[in-house]
Amino acid sequence: MSETILKVEGLNKNFGGVAAIVDVSFEVKKGELLGIIGPNGSGKTTLVNLLTGFVKPDSGRVFYRGVDITGKKPYKIAEMGIARTFQMVKPFYQLSAFKNLIIPLYSSRVRRLRGGMYGDRDDVAIDLLEDVGFERDSFVPYKVASSLPHGYLKRLELARCLALRPELLILDELFSGMSMSEVASTLPIIERLNGEGLTILMVEHRLKELFRIAHRVIALNFGSKIADSPPGEIMENEAVKAAYLGSEEEGEDA
Amino acid sequence: MLLSILIYGLINSIILALTAIGFSLTFGISGVANFAYGGFYILSGFLVWMLLNYLRFPLLLAIALTIGVVGLLGFITYWIILLRVRGIALSEVIATFALGVGILELFRYLGFVTYEFTLPYLKKGMILIAGVPVDYQRLYIIGIGLALVLFLYFFTHHTRIGLSFRGIAQNERTAISLGIRSDWTAALSLAFGCAMGALAAIVILPLGIISINTGYEVLLIAVAVGIVGGLESVSGILIASLILGYTQVFTGTYLKPEWMMVVYLAAIVIVLTIKPSGLFGKFKELEERV
Amino acid sequence: MNKEPIKFRKERLDRGIKARCEDIFALSSYREILYLLLPRVLPVALLLVFPLFKDIVGLYWEKVLVITCAIALLSLSWDWLASVGLISLGQALFFGVGAYVTGSLNYAFKWPPLITIPLGTLGGALICTLLLLPVLRLRGVYFAIVTLTLPLLLMRFIETTKILGGTEGLSALTPLPSLWVELYVPVFTLLICLFGFRRLINEDYGLVLQGIRDNDRAVMSGAINIYWFKTQAVFLAALVGSFPGAFMTHYYQFVGMPAFALDYSILPLTAAVLGGVGTFAGPTLGAFILVPLSEVLRAFGTLRVVFYSAILIICVVGLPEGVFHYIRRKYHQFERMVEVG
Ligand SMILES: Nc1ncnc2c1ncn2[C@@H]1O[C@H](COP(=O)(O)OP(=O)(O)OP(=O)(O)O)[C@@H](O)[C@H]1O
Ligand SMILES: [Mg+2]
Repeated sequence: MSETILKVEGLNKNFGGVAAIVDVSFEVKKGELLGIIGPNGSGKTTLVNLLTGFVKPDSGRVFYRGVDITGKKPYKIAEMGIARTFQMVKPFYQLSAFKNLIIPLYSSRVRRLRGGMYGDRDDVAIDLLEDVGFERDSFVPYKVASSLPHGYLKRLELARCLALRPELLILDELFSGMSMSEVASTLPIIERLNGEGLTILMVEHRLKELFRIAHRVIALNFGSKIADSPPGEIMENEAVKAAYLGSEEEGEDA
Repeated sequence: MLLSILIYGLINSIILALTAIGFSLTFGISGVANFAYGGFYILSGFLVWMLLNYLRFPLLLAIALTIGVVGLLGFITYWIILLRVRGIALSEVIATFALGVGILELFRYLGFVTYEFTLPYLKKGMILIAGVPVDYQRLYIIGIGLALVLFLYFFTHHTRIGLSFRGIAQNERTAISLGIRSDWTAALSLAFGCAMGALAAIVILPLGIISINTGYEVLLIAVAVGIVGGLESVSGILIASLILGYTQVFTGTYLKPEWMMVVYLAAIVIVLTIKPSGLFGKFKELEERV
Repeated sequence: MNKEPIKFRKERLDRGIKARCEDIFALSSYREILYLLLPRVLPVALLLVFPLFKDIVGLYWEKVLVITCAIALLSLSWDWLASVGLISLGQALFFGVGAYVTGSLNYAFKWPPLITIPLGTLGGALICTLLLLPVLRLRGVYFAIVTLTLPLLLMRFIETTKILGGTEGLSALTPLPSLWVELYVPVFTLLICLFGFRRLINEDYGLVLQGIRDNDRAVMSGAINIYWFKTQAVFLAALVGSFPGAFMTHYYQFVGMPAFALDYSILPLTAAVLGGVGTFAGPTLGAFILVPLSEVLRAFGTLRVVFYSAILIICVVGLPEGVFHYIRRKYHQFERMVEVG
């Protein structure tokens, strides 16, 4: 494939004795859809936090399009075009769904990309919500976030990222807590985004769905990278099998 | 001269640490910034005074009773006021602040503002330490301060309730899942914090008079020590007390005594600019779980 | 089993006119227009004509109006900070710094109030923002702690260093040019700030600030520099808080350590909590209830502060909604009892 968009070199992070990430290195090519899997507590979220500046690594470097972004502030990294969702959704509960999107739309990154005064952004926000599967002509986009069901909040997270017009999208367990039908309707959206050229890094526990769309999958266990292969082969890997031994995913895919 | 600075610096530092420890104990365990601390401190002073002068209690009984009562008041404060607003920082802060101001201004209104309000020394007289005169009360302060720190260390590391304190401090949700009742622990943390404030008040206040403004000052000291050392860390409190205590004695000796308060302002501004989370506080801002 | 008593439940109905959509109203009659405009126009009109009746109500109550406006501005500034998630326990900081900057400019250079008040407001806001800047990087109660501490410390600082007049303060400052200026400048400033804030908080800019209050991480991951936004918010609050300080300095023709007094911290706070946090109209209303009331209760001396504290605790714990929300609800809704079960 084409140029490298993200390059991670020897990343390490300790939380007071707990080694959350141990010497992790990998590369992501432009346009790739990379999956990251691993049992609970294996450091996936920590890795995402390290990439997006929410946690500072003890050592190691992260390069985004050749620029060293290690230890940069989260908003600077987002400004450069890396958007992320949070595993624990925490929308702006008191604002209506579409107003949730006004906030990223107000950032200098987006204002640079497209103009618009107060009010104009509302349409953009509604369009974005439609993109992630909110019913456009219903009242759902106008409801306050605190009254929306969890599945919608997850998709609101996704829309919040898309509002930034990212070049690299990092999804931290987007599907967790979604119903089967919600997953089924969100999956094509991600495929489409990827098809449009967006590079996506996807942390996921739902292996079946992930394997369907990912180009490549990295497995973590106790913070270390234990496998890096196409989705078809990753479960053949002995280390991955051992890591997942006994967990339900293993039974599902074996 | 140097020796006296050394000794009085130590005494001063221990006074600061004693004053601050109750506030930061509560904050470290339950995350409640008890802005009523200064109020409880002064309340303890007046309570002892009233027990001694109105009811003619013996000193030790008055002290024990006061510490118990103030601790209980802290406990009740949690159940009546804080429990309902737990987790809403805005309301917690305002409620404790209002409580503290209310207590202090009530005493002011009731006329507790004259010079007659003093507490007796635990033991009168003084001795010479390496040629420097030190009165017994200050020795008691040193002793009680050290004992309290040791007790705290033992308590939090070796007793069940202490361990559950630390559990809550580290991660409330995990602690709850381990069967530690967070409300009880938080209420106890408030009780202990207030009781320690009472103890501090009882040993420190005899050095001067009990005045309402001391209540605000105590809060100021507790906060200043907390900001400099890092609010949640006991070692931070000790080091910060030493720094502030010795600087104060230096300024008091070589400049004028009134300049001591300026030291706090300077220390707070400097530490906030260089390391806003305090010298020993963890800069937790981003490291929290997301 | 004894018979189940008939239970009643309160049912609330919106009055039909309040349109569902946030800012478009379909109006059909003058009564509906009146219904919507009255709650806004009436208080404004009252405020504007009140100074005209100075001969009837007496100068004393006109002076109370000035103080009320000052406290209302401080509580507006408090509410603005609260809508970014910053809890201030020391509005006296803004008031005092604004007052001292203005006072010393006038004292040193003999500049007229027309120059010193704007300069004092601006300078005071800048100094306060710089003082608070480091704390903005921290979350949680740090802001409350530091705002509580700073006015107390600055007061002691002035006392010990004897700068800026020390305990005596600076007196014999230039008086304001006329009674009308004394009365109308605070009233107009209050109205401008009130409606300005109410508008600003609903614009995109205000949404970002509210977002920072609700979830600062999500805002950060939206490529927004939250520290810069918080700094702006604090500066704005400091402006609105320093103005009353600057104004009252010339009004009293004096500035001294009382400018950092606890009253200027606790009164705005109580007003905001009593009136209803987050609406701007609430804190203003709160100030207009509290300040005149405390004038009436002047005889009680410091017991008034105890009384504010009690109001604060009761409101925070028991009535977090505030007076303004309550009135608004009553105005917009019918209530009736319906039978249940
Ligand atoms: N802020 C933190 N402080 C202390 N320890 C942390 C922190 N964040 C994560 N950890 C620890 O680091 C390890 C990795 O956690 P992480 O959240 O990255 O796992 P994960 O793979 O995302 O798990 P899950 O599948 O449950 O989301 C865990 O042991 C966790 O307890
Ligand atoms: Mg995770």
